[in-house]
Amino acid sequence: MNNQVMFFLLSAIILIFSVLTVTTRRVLRAAVYLLFVLVATAGIYFQLQYNFLAAVQLTVYAGGIVVLIIFSILLTSHISERAPRASAAKAALSALATVAGAILVLLTVLQFNFTPARLEKVEPTVTNVGRALVSYKEYGYALPFEAISILLLAAMIGAIVVAKKESNQEKQK
Amino acid sequence: MMTEGIPLEYFLIVSTLMFFIGIFGFLTRKNLITMLMSIELILNSVNINFVAFNSYLYPHQMQGQFYSLIIIAVAAAEAAVAIAIIINIYRNFRSIETDKVDEMKY
Repeated sequence: MNNQVMFFLLSAIILIFSVLTVTTRRVLRAAVYLLFVLVATAGIYFQLQYNFLAAVQLTVYAGGIVVLIIFSILLTSHISERAPRASAAKAALSALATVAGAILVLLTVLQFNFTPARLEKVEPTVTNVGRALVSYKEYGYALPFEAISILLLAAMIGAIVVAKKESNQEKQK
Repeated sequence: MMTEGIPLEYFLIVSTLMFFIGIFGFLTRKNLITMLMSIELILNSVNINFVAFNSYLYPHQMQGQFYSLIIIAVAAAEAAVAIAIIINIYRNFRSIETDKVDEMKY
């Protein structure tokens, strides 16, 4: 019973603040609503007992990405600025496409008969996660781990190169 | 169990609705940063799906969790590069509205 109350609370937070994120006209508020959505998602991970994933969600998403987004909002727009409203025709068409898609997907998903597995659960503790992450045996994830390291390095260098100011010498050429 | 009384379908409903709210935002927004936020919503809803499937259908493995971890890392990389590009666009055009950045249209 308590689980269900908690789950409905978290889902309500997620859905309400998702809608507010995409409809509010103040950009900074949209970022804060996004933060609430991400924290509530971490709550859902905690409820499923994926503690490590929830911690990563809180630090990387809620701590990292949202701060990055807020910084870039402060750099690119005035706080008092309001985003222009989307035209009525565009909003109506988008809403129609979205609702149609959601109904289609929900009908398909709910028709499928999922049978929960009754297998013994691998506890997703930090020990198990860490062992699997660097293991190259069966159910090891060493290759994706290395791939993601290279991706992060490339993204870091790419972000610096794209955002850095041109030096005066280059401009004169 | 902390998920007792909550069927898998509930998680799927929440994540589906969140996904399509993100799509709605992506279609209606014109500011590049708010479009990026819609993409984050979409990625996040997919993460919920992976974790729920992992927990309900394949509890003897951790694949869903690792997919989610990798999606979070990709999302972070993507946000960093996207924001670098957005700041560069702002420097060149003094605006990040998609209808004002049309230099490459002929």
